[in-house]
Amino acid sequence: MSVLVLAEHAAGALRPATLNTVTAAKALGEVHLLVAGHDCGAVAAAAAKIAGVAKVLQADDPQYAHPLAEAVAPLVAKLAEGYSHVLAPADTFGKNILPRAAGLLDVAQISDVVAIEGPDTFVRPIYAGSAMATVQSSDRIKLITVRLTAFEAASAEGGSAAVEAAAPVEAGAPSEFVGEQLTKLERPELTSARIIVSGGRGMQNGENFKMLETLADKLGAAVGASRAAVDAGFVPNDYQVGQTGKVVAPELYIAIGISGAIQHLAGMKDSKVIVAINKDEEAPIFQVADYGLVADLFQAVPELAAAIEKRG
Amino acid sequence: MKILVAVKRVVDYNVNVRVKADQTGVETANVKMSMNPFDEIAVEEGVRLKEAGVATELVAVSLGGAPCQETIRTALAVGADRGILVQTDAALEPLAVAKLLKKLVEREQPALVLLGKQAIDDDSNQTGQMLAAMLGWPQGTFASKLTIADGKATVVREIDGGLETVAFPLPAVVSSDLRLNTPRYASLPTIMKAKKKPIDVVKPEDLGVDLAPRLKTLKVVEPAKRKGGVKVGDVAELVDKLRNEAKVIP
Repeated sequence: MSVLVLAEHAAGALRPATLNTVTAAKALGEVHLLVAGHDCGAVAAAAAKIAGVAKVLQADDPQYAHPLAEAVAPLVAKLAEGYSHVLAPADTFGKNILPRAAGLLDVAQISDVVAIEGPDTFVRPIYAGSAMATVQSSDRIKLITVRLTAFEAASAEGGSAAVEAAAPVEAGAPSEFVGEQLTKLERPELTSARIIVSGGRGMQNGENFKMLETLADKLGAAVGASRAAVDAGFVPNDYQVGQTGKVVAPELYIAIGISGAIQHLAGMKDSKVIVAINKDEEAPIFQVADYGLVADLFQAVPELAAAIEKRG
Repeated sequence: MKILVAVKRVVDYNVNVRVKADQTGVETANVKMSMNPFDEIAVEEGVRLKEAGVATELVAVSLGGAPCQETIRTALAVGADRGILVQTDAALEPLAVAKLLKKLVEREQPALVLLGKQAIDDDSNQTGQMLAAMLGWPQGTFASKLTIADGKATVVREIDGGLETVAFPLPAVVSSDLRLNTPRYASLPTIMKAKKKPIDVVKPEDLGVDLAPRLKTLKVVEPAKRKGGVKVGDVAELVDKLRNEAKVIP
């Protein structure tokens, strides 16, 4: 059996999500990587170096300059016919394209897989992680998005796969990329940060997030937020950690003014060490925190930042 | 222009979901059910497009058992004009839902299908993309802004690194993300008015769609519980623990 992995890349570089997806794919068979892009030779070359990748298919065409589902899904669907499984990262890239390919192939798609129990049997969270379902697929080709925190990143070096050209396939519907506004990253990215400082409704307003940024910068951390903080308009949606936002698993997660709704816990409970600072000692976040501090965050956070600075 | 909006009846988001003892699923008997929150946002967007004069008719569709009529009434109470229920007690996977919706789209000929990006029960995030694929229509998933002018939709999409803007001609499928709008509450007069709005009930057999599931659920279990740790007295103790016990900060 061989497995096709849809590689995610941007600005001429592979995205780290691809490496975790490759690890999941290795559990299923020989791994082939599809790089769909325009002038994407450098990306294909980088993909060929990933340890455990046997072949890279490079579909190079102007219509793949941006990963529009209308263009990429027909390509994935056509190539899928030669594979037992097609895998993509369970992020906004994979979730946009893979279900569309499944619709074209008339097969189910299995989202957010966290464990592979066999060639047709997979575990995935449902109800925002309140339950884990084990499902068995009867489809001829299994299309799966992979929860990245559940699989280690494959090594980006050590492989020497052959790169083959794949012919482009006509887009299934018209769509045009107009532009993008990427959040300027002054700090590490949420999904790959070693430490995350996250704020909730308890922050009271967006201005107060500056306090978290100060703390984050001392720790070399990323800044996240709960859905409640996003809903209240304190910070943009791409800060959101949780079932409907990003799923993270850093070494240290500091939850500040976050009560710990189930949907937030679903996005961070695999973190190695969790710290909670909240003035409500009954807050559910304390049930998952390794270290809980019942305190007014407006005093505790500056104190914490100062204590870290003293040593650092 | 006609809009079709798909709404799903799910366990209310405030309910603490419990796994059944026999591991066949989660407890849904005697549990509060509501419209999927992402679908509420889709309905609101449809109503706003009607109020702006862009859309002329908003049709709310639900698929499932007879109680889904309530979910459709909820959409009618905030401004949808009429409803269609595809009534079945069969468990429907996203692929089957997309096929049923495709049949309704062929019948109703809307210029736009709106739905939530995912349902908060199975968390699949698939139906809109599958429907768009089957219809050969463009898709604007995870929408945080939708503008329609001159037969063309411009969608601002929530992506991992920020926002992406795409544009495409109608007809098309758009799935809502959290920040698309804030849904309104129905008022008593509109709830009363909604009771008089028609709901058409159809059977999947009438639509000629194969609903056979592709996935078999072998078991549903509770997630591994994370053990709570200790409470610390003050910031100094916290820093000491992080440095010397957990060794996660320098």
